[in-house]
Amino acid sequence: MSSTSDKVVLLLGNPNVGKSSLYNALTGGSARVANYPGLTVERKSGQLLPELSSDLKVSIVDTPGTYSVSARSAEEQIAIRALLGLRGEPTPDALIVVLDAGQLSRCLYLTLELLELRIKTVLAINMIDEVDGLDLEALEKSLGVPCVGTNATTGQGVPELAERLRAELRAERPPLPKLHVPYGPEIIRALDRVSDALPEAWLGASASVERKRALAQFALGSIDAEDELEDVPDELRARVAEVRADSEDLDLAIVSARYQAIDEVLAQISSPQATRRARASERVDRFLLHPLLGTLTFIIVMTTVFQALFVGADPAISALESLVGWLQELTEELLPEGIVRDFLSQGIIGGVGNVIVFLPQICLLFLFMGILEDSGYMARIAYLADRIMRSLGLHGRAFVPMLSGFACAVPAILSTRTLERRRDRLLTMMVVPLMTCSARLPVYSLIIAALFPVTAFGLPVQGLLLLAMYLFALFTALLAAFVLSRTVLHGPSVPLLLELPAYRMPKVKPLLQVVKRKAGQFLQEAGGTILVATVVLWALLSFPRVSEDACTASSDAVLFVDSHTFDQPLTNESKSAAEGTAAAEAANGTAAAEAANGTAAAEAANGTAAAEAPEGLCPAPITQSYGGRISKALEPALAPLGFDWKIGTGILGAFAAREVFVSTLALVYGIEGDDEEAEGPLRDKLRAERHADGSPVYTPLMGLSLMVFFALACQCVSTLAVIRRETGGFKYPLFVFGYMTALAYGASFLVYQGGRALGF
Amino acid sequence: MTLADLEIGTEARIESVGGARAFRRRLLELGLVPGTSVTLVRQAPFGDPLELRARGSVLSIRRAEAETVHVSIP
Repeated sequence: MSSTSDKVVLLLGNPNVGKSSLYNALTGGSARVANYPGLTVERKSGQLLPELSSDLKVSIVDTPGTYSVSARSAEEQIAIRALLGLRGEPTPDALIVVLDAGQLSRCLYLTLELLELRIKTVLAINMIDEVDGLDLEALEKSLGVPCVGTNATTGQGVPELAERLRAELRAERPPLPKLHVPYGPEIIRALDRVSDALPEAWLGASASVERKRALAQFALGSIDAEDELEDVPDELRARVAEVRADSEDLDLAIVSARYQAIDEVLAQISSPQATRRARASERVDRFLLHPLLGTLTFIIVMTTVFQALFVGADPAISALESLVGWLQELTEELLPEGIVRDFLSQGIIGGVGNVIVFLPQICLLFLFMGILEDSGYMARIAYLADRIMRSLGLHGRAFVPMLSGFACAVPAILSTRTLERRRDRLLTMMVVPLMTCSARLPVYSLIIAALFPVTAFGLPVQGLLLLAMYLFALFTALLAAFVLSRTVLHGPSVPLLLELPAYRMPKVKPLLQVVKRKAGQFLQEAGGTILVATVVLWALLSFPRVSEDACTASSDAVLFVDSHTFDQPLTNESKSAAEGTAAAEAANGTAAAEAANGTAAAEAANGTAAAEAPEGLCPAPITQSYGGRISKALEPALAPLGFDWKIGTGILGAFAAREVFVSTLALVYGIEGDDEEAEGPLRDKLRAERHADGSPVYTPLMGLSLMVFFALACQCVSTLAVIRRETGGFKYPLFVFGYMTALAYGASFLVYQGGRALGF
Repeated sequence: MTLADLEIGTEARIESVGGARAFRRRLLELGLVPGTSVTLVRQAPFGDPLELRARGSVLSIRRAEAETVHVSIP
């Protein structure tokens, strides 16, 4: 018998049983990856390899690893939906349940729940090579379902698994499993009462008594006053509550009955208790979870990951920036001067550059996360970091996303998908943008170098100040997490329940596949938004265009009324330069000599700087732009922070990326040249800038207020774009923007006004 | 006595499991049903969470939840 229509086979199993490897062995690794509707959980599906499928067409649908069908959240509900073919999922023709040969009793629990649904099932007893003397025939006999020993990494047993699957698919109906749980009359009565209230959609056309009871099991196991399930009719909810109130401890009775049945089966066959790998793992954990050595290793691993993100991504970022810069120059050479040229060069190419510049860090972060996850160390991170993270209202697994926020919030936010609960993901996303990302460094370094002495009272002021900014932001982020987890994102606290899986060597190919997929997803899902936002910002700061005729007559100042209206948002040369010096300063606690040279030279030029300001004659075009006008209109609101409209324009420009503050400010002051060339003259300009009454605009106090503002404000459209993408709406990005701006404004206000009151 | 009172390395038998319903259900489903033997393997730095071994798998739960699991030493 051959079939032309696709057979659908669901792949199910506990976490860490090698389900992904088996999926790859069955499908050759090809996958159509999409998200489950409304959830940030990946749904992978692919065709069973032709050599395995014979004349059948079989599509394999992977499901998230789960210990049980019962669910508490919409994420955990995926399994039951896939099993019942709800919410657009195809109704499965058969199941492959993947079990860890060394963890049979726990894996059989899920198997038992699935068998109760009476769907054709084949069991893959995976990692069979790691156990000695497991009698598969005896197991199959006592379960009454096909059992095939597999080693998904080598492909051992996969052809046989496919053969047994084909036989099941061709069969009329599933065989009656021998393993069935002798539930007592009280449980049966409870199940039947619940099954009367089950919605039609769950039951399908014709549901047997057994299937109805199995669905009642799901309802009884999942629904309670605190669950976060979707699509549960009120009637069913009420019935479950009623039945539960009438019986004594159904949870215990049902789960115990199941484990009793499992233990009886396992008693008949010889099943090993601990595998070689589990024993080896325990020896490794003696070191890696040792209170002292383990903590030390943890710190080393995390430092390595962070260092790689912070510094290791730099060559790739610089290369991408050079490429974008080259393309911009090429466009400007090839096309005639004018708005089209500027739009292409500054708007489009600059905008695309603003998107791809994130790729190196995204790829690196997901590579590391993949290694940590696949090796089994991620669970240890969650275990070791739980005590600290818990006090902030965060899950231990949020540690890596939080840490990578110090490099860049964009990959950090993307990586929150590894957190299972929506609330944990949201909370982490709300707080990560407060971490001092590398794009803030060029801003700090400009302000610190321009307004603060290298040393004072024998202390390296500049380095200490930078360190203080890092600590200040970290403290604020932790405080924000603490407050948000108890207010806006207050939810039922879910106790920690972690499995510490046995260690395993990560495999290169699947790791690279994940990295590729994540990069693609970012480009596809967030790239467009970032591009559009960059173009809008470019337009804001470039229009209306100043009539050049009005200026040509006036002076040489025309020189800077050229196409560099919005000097592309990629200014990482200055960023990386700043990282190099400023970060080193912070680390060493000593002001680098380089900075001293810069300031000395700048001071020499200081006297002349003020005289050159040509604003009266021919103002820089950016000052006439809509952006400039908006900033002027906002000046009364900025004044209490010590900012004038020119800084306001810089802040506006910085939305494209924080470091753009430096180049935008340079444009406002009509300074030409790339960032490195511009930074020296810009510093002089800032020092020379005077209020109408002759007092300096840029005082150290104002500089501090500006840095505090940058530390706390969400000056980054890319961050907001990925938050929108990950949360599926504008609510959370608007909230992040709102609360961070309020925080930034308030803190800068306090710093500036407080400082003034104290006489600074 | 509770799981949290066990000395490190001690094996005990689960008598009863308490705590919030959903969490309790999940603990039971992971095989921590009464009668199962469980070993306290170690505790994380700062004394929390705890690492347990039961039915061949290694789990971690916090001290607060471990206090709801009553055990006896055979």
